[in-house]
Amino acid sequence: MPIDKATVAKIARLARIRVPEAEQERLAGELSNILGWVEQLAEVDTADVRPMTSVVDAVPPMRPDEVTDGGRRDEILANSPNVARGFFTVPKVVE
Amino acid sequence: MTKLMKGRTGDWEVVIGLEVHAQATTKSKLFSGAATDFGAEPNTQVSLVDAAMPGMLPVLNELSVRQAVLTGLALKAKINLHSVFARKNYFYPDLPQGYQISQYEQPIVGAGEITVDLPDGETKTVGIERLHLEQDAGKSLHDQHPAQSYIDLNRAGVTLMEIVSRPDMRSSDEAAAYVEKLRSILRYIGSCDGNMQEGSMRADANVSVRRPGAPLGTRCEIKNVNSIRFLKQAIEYEAARQIEIIEDGGKIGQETRLFDAAKGETRSMRSKEDAHDYRYFPDPDLLPLDLDPGFVDRLKQSLPELPDEKKARFIADYALSPYDAGVLVAERETAEFFETVAKGRDAKLAANWVMSELFGRLNKADIALAKSPVTPEALGGLIGLIADNTISGRIAKDVFDEMFETGKDAAAIVEAKGLKQITDTGAIEAVVDRIVAGSPDNVAQYKGGNAKVIGWFVGQVMKETQGKANPKLVNDLLRKKLGG
Repeated sequence: MPIDKATVAKIARLARIRVPEAEQERLAGELSNILGWVEQLAEVDTADVRPMTSVVDAVPPMRPDEVTDGGRRDEILANSPNVARGFFTVPKVVE
Repeated sequence: MTKLMKGRTGDWEVVIGLEVHAQATTKSKLFSGAATDFGAEPNTQVSLVDAAMPGMLPVLNELSVRQAVLTGLALKAKINLHSVFARKNYFYPDLPQGYQISQYEQPIVGAGEITVDLPDGETKTVGIERLHLEQDAGKSLHDQHPAQSYIDLNRAGVTLMEIVSRPDMRSSDEAAAYVEKLRSILRYIGSCDGNMQEGSMRADANVSVRRPGAPLGTRCEIKNVNSIRFLKQAIEYEAARQIEIIEDGGKIGQETRLFDAAKGETRSMRSKEDAHDYRYFPDPDLLPLDLDPGFVDRLKQSLPELPDEKKARFIADYALSPYDAGVLVAERETAEFFETVAKGRDAKLAANWVMSELFGRLNKADIALAKSPVTPEALGGLIGLIADNTISGRIAKDVFDEMFETGKDAAAIVEAKGLKQITDTGAIEAVVDRIVAGSPDNVAQYKGGNAKVIGWFVGQVMKETQGKANPKLVNDLLRKKLGG
């Protein structure tokens, strides 16, 4: 599935990554190559194979429902360029 | 029963599907140990995971999983022993990760159903497509500053169960009844408190219209409706809007809309054509979730009696009408209250007292059932006194008023105030004789064929005895005396 320039521009916009137009053609080629390789892998019949999600037979760890965190507002807000009255603030987004 | 909407050019059928976001009842979040309490100071219940600090890893809350499975079982749904968490990618200021951890192709719960009780007493089955676990986003406040939005991440990462219905509803009433029934079930099993004011339950409505029998029309999604009343308004407005556009020769464009409660209208929210391009993929931070069948079986065994089963039992065991049974089972606490009152007593009488007298007084005084000054045992005691003829039904209302005011028990009030019913035939007969002798005009009327005048005589006897005379004895004696 070859990727064209317009698709590169769209994905870049969705991902909020600035990709200058001059680079879009090159990226389209690279991404097409990657997808081509994945398509080649997909030719292998894996109908009876369970997807491998880990190299060891692991189950996801779970935690008991206990409050063990929070109450660290200063740390949470520390990296934010704009803060007011304990909130993050951003340029107004109104629907 | 047809539920078509009239347009200028004929009838239209409204097709509704609902996505309800129910906050799972847990103390901590889906993937972090921060608290979930409502109303805390902004950003005080946020962990580094919720704030999406680099390198932080999500760890699943076992109670969130349990609540989702329990809910699936209560919705008679298929539990998927293998499910996968996926990232739903989009940018918004209250979503620090830049993606929401959700479930996409492999949700924890598959197809189920809900039996919905409609206002006309009919029931309707609404299909459930799926239930999946996901993180809530933070909260944006737009009214704090003229040029800025304020972001509170306390809610970010709280466990949501998104419950997706089939497009099986055909009117705003059906949609409202569906949400009420779902809420009732969630509260029965304790998986969600159902508090719509605090945002524990929110609904997105997918609405489309079509000519009866035609294929489905293009739908619009109305986001984040937070009360049943608004849900009905939003659906009715949206259906009328779509009908008007089509009748004017226009086409409906699929879009996300917002319900403005102040104006009572829906309006377009995201016009960008790529708003729905979420680029889901399995979350590499989380292994797939594999449930032990024994865990699911144990939860199934632990399910309480659910509203439908309870309603059927109330109709069968207590001979209640489907309507009365429906009202009494809507909340588990109400059903338990009723059953305590009715234990060993006349169930119909108990239902009437609970539903009309007690509910009426509680509503008027704005008191929750749990704080009722009249306990179920005390109300049962009052009904016992009516049943064994110690007091009449009329006197019982006065006694009930006093019980409600003072919290005293019925027998004590009756004893202290001397309200015991007069069942002594001789005593009542004396009063009857006196009144009959004192009003020859009315006696003549009765004998002349005006049977209704007996009501006047009963009233007079009751007045003389301060309402304490046994009504049946009074009636019997009057008929004997007047007829003789």
